[in-house]
Parts: sequence; C-alpha cells; structure tokens
Amino acid sequence: MKRETIINWILALGLLAVPFAALSFDEPFYITLATRVAILALAGVGLNIALGLGGMVSFGHAAFFGIGGYAAGILATHAFNQEPLMTWPLEIAGSNSMLVIWLVAIVMCAIVATVIGMITLRTSGVYFIMITLAFAQMIYYFAISWPSYGGEDGLSIYVRDGFPGLNTLDPMHFFMICYVVLMVCLLFSALLRDSRFGAALQVARQNEVRLASTGIAPFNIRLVAFVISASMTGLAGALFADLNRFVSPSMLSWQVSGEIMIFVILGGVGRLFGPLAGAALFIVMEFYLGGVTEHWQLFLGLILLCVVLFVRGGVVGILAGRQSHG
Amino acid sequence: MTLALFTEQLLNGVQFGVMLFLMAAGLTLVFGVMGLINLAHGSLYMIGAFLCATVAVATGSFWLGLVASLAGAAAAGAVMEIAVIRRLYDRDHLDQVLATFALILIFSEGTRWIFGSFPLYLDIPKALQGAVELPGGAEYPLYRLSIIVVGLLIAFGLYLLISRTRLGMRIRAGESDREMIGALGVDIRTLYTVVFALGAALAGLAGALVGAIQSVQVGMGEPVLILAFVVIVIGGIGSVKGALIGAILVGVVDTMGRILLPQFFALFMETSQATSVGSALASMAIYILMAVILAVKPQGLFAAST
Amino acid sequence: MADLQTVLELNDLRKTFGALKATDGVSLDVRAGEIHALIGPNGAGKSTLIHQVAGSLAPDAGHVRFLGEEINALTVAQRVRRGLGRTFQVSSIAPEFSALRNVMLSVQSTQGSSFRFFKPVMRDRSLIESAMEKLELVGLAKRADIVAAELSHGERRQLEMAMALALKPKLLLLDEPMAGMGPEGSKRLTGFLDTLRHEVPILLVEHDMEAVFSLADRISVLVYGRVIASGTVSEIRANRDVREAYLGEED
Repeated sequence: MKRETIINWILALGLLAVPFAALSFDEPFYITLATRVAILALAGVGLNIALGLGGMVSFGHAAFFGIGGYAAGILATHAFNQEPLMTWPLEIAGSNSMLVIWLVAIVMCAIVATVIGMITLRTSGVYFIMITLAFAQMIYYFAISWPSYGGEDGLSIYVRDGFPGLNTLDPMHFFMICYVVLMVCLLFSALLRDSRFGAALQVARQNEVRLASTGIAPFNIRLVAFVISASMTGLAGALFADLNRFVSPSMLSWQVSGEIMIFVILGGVGRLFGPLAGAALFIVMEFYLGGVTEHWQLFLGLILLCVVLFVRGGVVGILAGRQSHG
Repeated sequence: MTLALFTEQLLNGVQFGVMLFLMAAGLTLVFGVMGLINLAHGSLYMIGAFLCATVAVATGSFWLGLVASLAGAAAAGAVMEIAVIRRLYDRDHLDQVLATFALILIFSEGTRWIFGSFPLYLDIPKALQGAVELPGGAEYPLYRLSIIVVGLLIAFGLYLLISRTRLGMRIRAGESDREMIGALGVDIRTLYTVVFALGAALAGLAGALVGAIQSVQVGMGEPVLILAFVVIVIGGIGSVKGALIGAILVGVVDTMGRILLPQFFALFMETSQATSVGSALASMAIYILMAVILAVKPQGLFAAST
Repeated sequence: MADLQTVLELNDLRKTFGALKATDGVSLDVRAGEIHALIGPNGAGKSTLIHQVAGSLAPDAGHVRFLGEEINALTVAQRVRRGLGRTFQVSSIAPEFSALRNVMLSVQSTQGSSFRFFKPVMRDRSLIESAMEKLELVGLAKRADIVAAELSHGERRQLEMAMALALKPKLLLLDEPMAGMGPEGSKRLTGFLDTLRHEVPILLVEHDMEAVFSLADRISVLVYGRVIASGTVSEIRANRDVREAYLGEED
C-alpha cells in the first residue's frame, strides 16, 4: 500500500478515535474539539478542489463558509419564530432540518460562486486572488450592515437542527454526522481527482495552454471546479453554525479565508487528506499553544512562514514523500 | 441635500481616495517591478500609524511622529524585503500570498504583544486644527484638506520620480522586462529593496495621517489593504496613474454612495427600510463598480501592456 | 488520386504591433494530402502567423477558413475541436502527468465529455488503449509511465506529436518540429511526417532546409510578414528573391 494511503487511514481512524477516547475518559469537551477539526477539515477539502487540483488561489473562501453558516442561521431563526422567510413570489418557511439546510447552503454557495467565478475567472492569476478577497469582504460588510439578521452581533441558533433518527444535541451523534459528511466529501474529492474532469482540471493548473490545445476550454472546467469547491466549503459553514449554534459576520472575514488556506497548506496542497492533517494541527496549536500564550498566532505565523519558505508539501508531504499523479 | 453637505462629502471621498492611493501606489509598484503580491502591506500601514502615535505622544510633536513613521515604515519594509520578500520573487503567487499572510500574523500579534489590544490615540497637530470655509457655508477640517494636498503632491512627486529620474527609468525598465535589466547590469537587488521600501514608506505615511482621524489599532491595515486591491484591479495592475484614478473613484463612490443611496431609496420606501437597504447596498457599491469595470476591461482601466 | 480539397485557407491576413507589420497581407492555402512548408528568416513573422491560425492571436484583418468554415471568431479550444491540431516550438505538456496521461487527455477530448466526475480515468480501458496506440505510433510506448517533466527533449517532441495525433486532427500545424533535434532524430521525424501526409495535411513551419526540401509538396517563403514566393520545391530553389532573402542566412 502506498505510504500516503497508510497515512490517510491513520488520519481518518485517528479522528474517529478521539471522541471515543474522550467518551471513555468522560471528557466530552474533546468530542466537540474533534467535531471542530472535522468541520474545518471539510472547509479545507472544499478549498483544496479549487486550490490544490485547479491551481486557483481563492483567498475569499470565507464568503462561502459564511454563506453556508447564514443559510443555517436564517432558516433556523425563521423556524424558531414560526415566520416564513418570504411570502411573495413563493412562500418559503424556515427549517430546522439539517438536510434541508445543507441543500440550501450548497445551492446558495453554488449561485454566488457562479457569479463570482464568471467575473473573476476571465482574469489572470493575481487579479483572481485580489478579486476573490474583495468579494468576500463585500459580503462581510453586507452581512454587518444588514440589520434583520443580527448585523455585527450575529445570529443565535436557539434550537440545534435535527437529523432524522439522531439526537443532534448529543455531542457524539453530532460528531458522527460531521465525520460521515467529511468522509463522504473526501471520497467525492478523490473520485473527482481521478475522473476525466479531474484530469482536465489538473492540466488547467499545470499548463493552461496545453488544455486549450487539447480542445477543452479551461474557463468552463475552472468555473465548475470553483462552484463545487465553494459548495463544499459552504456545507462546512452550515455545520459550523450548527456546532456553535451561532453565526456572525466573522465567519466571512479575511482572517477565516486565511485560516482555511492555512489548513490546506499545513497539511499539503493537493493532498487528499491534507486539510484534515492541517486542521488537526491548527486546532492542536490553537488549544495548546493558545493555552501557553494568547499571542500564539505569532508562532503560527512563524511556523507558516517556515513551511512556505522551506518545507514544501506540508505534513502529509513530509510523511508520504513525493506525490505521484500517474 | 445641501451644497455644503455635498461638497463636504465629496471632499471626504477625495481624502479617502488619496489615502487609498498612497496604499495602492506602493502595492502596484511592487507588483509591476517585482511581480510580487504583498498582503503584508497593511502591516506597514499599521506600523506607520503606531510609530507616529508613539513618538508623537512621547515627544509631544506630531511632526516628529510623522518623520518617525516614514523612516520606520521604510526601514521595516527594507528589513521585510531582505529577510523574507526576496526569497519569494521566484515563487508562485500562492507561496507569496501565504508567506505575506504569515507576516500579517507575525506583525499583528507582535504589535498586540507590545502595545496591547486597546487603541492608541493620535491628536491632530495644532497647526492643522481648525477649519476652512467651503462654498455653501459649511466648514471643512483643515487637517483633512491637508491630507488631500499631501496626497496629490506625492502623486505628482511619484510622477516626476518615475518619468524623470534614473531610478524611475530603472523602475519602468524593470516593469517591462525583468530579466533584461539584470543583464544590463543594473543592481537588481538594491533596486528591489528601494522600491519595496518606497512602497512601505507610502503605506506608513498613510497610516500615520489617518491615525489622527481614526484610531490606531491592530488590524487597521487589512481592510484598507483589501480596498487598495480593489483600486489596483480597477486601475490596472502596475499603473500608478491607474492607482490614482482608481483610488479617487473608489473613495468618492464609496463616500457619496453611503450618503446618496439611502436618500435615493427614501424616495419610495419608508425611512428606516430605506436606510438599511441603502447602507447595505452602499457597502457593496465599490465592489459592484469593480465588477462592472472588469466586465468591460478585464485588465483594468490603465493596465500595463504586459 | 489525391483529393485537391482545400483544408486551410488564409485570406489576406494582417496583424500590426504598433509600427511593426508582423503579418502584412498573407494569403496561402493547404490542400488535402500535402505538406505545405512555410519558411523564412528569423523575425519574418512565422510565429505570429501560427498564432493567428491556431486562434491564440486575433488578426487585425483577413480571414482564416478551415474546411470551408470561417473560424476567425473561434477560440483555440474550439478550433481544436473542429480538427485543427498543432504542435509547439517549445514543447507544451502537462509536466506532472505521465506521457500516457498526457495523451489520454487528448483522447478524452475526442471521446465524449470531460464533465464526468466519477469514473476513474485509469480504469477507462478505451482511453488507455487509444492513448497507448498513439504512443506506439511515435515510438514512445516504452516510456508511457514516465512523468513528462523527466522526458528528454526529443521524447517531449514525440509526446507532442502523439498528443496532436490523438485528437484525430484534420490539419496539423507543426511549429519547427525539428528544432533541437540531432541528425538521427530529424531523419526519423522526416520519415514519419512523410507517411503522415496521406492521413492529415500539414502546414510545416521549419528552418531545417534539408527536411523542408525532402518533405514539402509546396513551399511558401515569408519575409517581413509577406509571402514573397510560393511554389514547388524546384521553383523555390530557383527563385532569385528567395536566394537573396536567405543570403547570409545559416542553414
């Protein structure tokens, strides 16, 4: 078995083991911590499709994380207040069901990503970075200034959304939901990478001229990849809002965009399980380093700088060796 | 809407734009000459503000503070360039973004460690306190007017620098063909450090000037940085002229939008709703402007030929 | 009997860069079954012309007609789909993929949609077999699993050819395919192109005069953006203007 596959299994089983260990040691806090890792990893897996496979440096993925979160928050609020979202032209009521919320989060992110993508993907690399950052900021300011949903103070989700057959208030059940979603998305991500679409996307990254000379339009491939990437990160956002039972404009901030990038980079860009390794490392640092000093982000910055300058490939890269694309 | 209010807000928009120009000029020069995108530019703005505030409070002189911020930001820029930035010129944009993002974390947390989380205050210097009378009868703060003047002077100075001096010639040559000027024997490394430090000084100056009208705190630089990106995208990357026009455009549209849009919606909506819709749209105005310009000119208004 | 159908037609193409007339009213055509060589000194505008035919540069005036259809408005990818194949002067490959996967992408482009998200390409037998067939044709079958970045210069040229052929082109634009090849490689490639002309007509841009004179059915000479002469090999050899244009030019 390839070294990377072994590492992937260790990561997958490791994450699963943490909450069970926490349960047996009666430390439920660590279940929540593991859930955070799973959700943030999912956000990174989404970004990795655009970034790692497609070479699109999107520094605005917090926009989708936040849209997913607000989808959850807004629907839950309307369900709680028993007030419909709108009555004209259609009657749309709120919802407390996770499945509905996930669907809405994915669709909303897909729509926004299509609009942003159509504007930005016609421009070159550097513009893309700046514009995705700018659009995320725009959505951030919009969320702050739109008063109906809490504005700067954010929106509380009073009742955790429900999933058929499970008690979502139980931390263990909630963790399992997030874990399964993460694993399904990882599987999807792997299939995507190995498929015809994935091949075209990776060539779009490696050599755009080559792709066009093969008769495949790079713009179309990139747009679809960007939309898929955004939707997955949006799904993570909806789960995150449910975990914290709170959503605020900070989910849309440039800092969050940067953090999602950090998960991907620390773990290894383009590596399937990279975001999981990166998110785990980030949470561990936040928890342990953060316990030592409130200025732990300074050390995070130093570590990130060293990784970028000297250590190519991230954690999975170091452990698994050079990536083979076949 | 009175003439006085209109003129006041228009000037505010120009002042905002001029400050954005100081940020954007440095960014666009660095990208044009070195091909590098620098997210830590906002940190240099912050450093300029902190230096000015600290020195001004310690010595009692705003002007000394200003000198300190220019020199300090330039020095910080030079150190940044030598220690980190020059390793990034050959790297792809992703690495540049990540490394400079790491620098943001380091500078922000470092500043917070030294100064704490509470904002610092910087007073407007006595000589520039007071107001000037505008057409329409209102009074406009002298300090803000001075910022506009300083900004335009610097824009003119940059124009002279780039079009009339040897340094400017090297900058223009570097923008059009990076490898060539190395082959021609121009000392690239020094040129790059100088360009970077120049950009840093401009950012630090902007931070110091704004510090007297807004608070000086950690994280003040990044929102301005992102706006500077919008300016560059609109103006065309690598173009200082584009940065000036884009900056004034952004500054005026943003400021006037916040006043005019709620009033526009109040024409057919009730006031509180008009205010919320209006201000929400106003917060998006410049980004929509950017999108519209990109749709017509994907390289920006005055993009360099490369 | 050779079919005299015109596959590619350039009609009074013009392209100016500032004061430089890179393409100054170029008209030429390529017929089925032939190799039409385009020669000219450095700076004559051969690359600019290739870009306009391939679609990466829009002409200021004039028309490009492919298989009777005017293609001025089509993108590079669209032209490729219509059958306009091309190889590059500096090999353009996907460096992280193996030679096999590089060619598989071309095959994928001709066999249905690229918007398939679930079936792994490495299990798609038809893609693999079609790709291996082309690799064997160019002599690269043994190096199929080697990462493209690690292929030698000559092997990359072979890979480019395999990728172009896998697209089932109706015309091939070859941009200095002999460049950087030693005498062995040039001879092999010349032989290969000789057999290829019957399957697909070729517009061959080349500096290697030996190859040009042995392969070309017709030759057009481009100098300062204009075609100063066009005809058979013997006609061009005898042409005084052509000899003058090449005076001092190293073969």
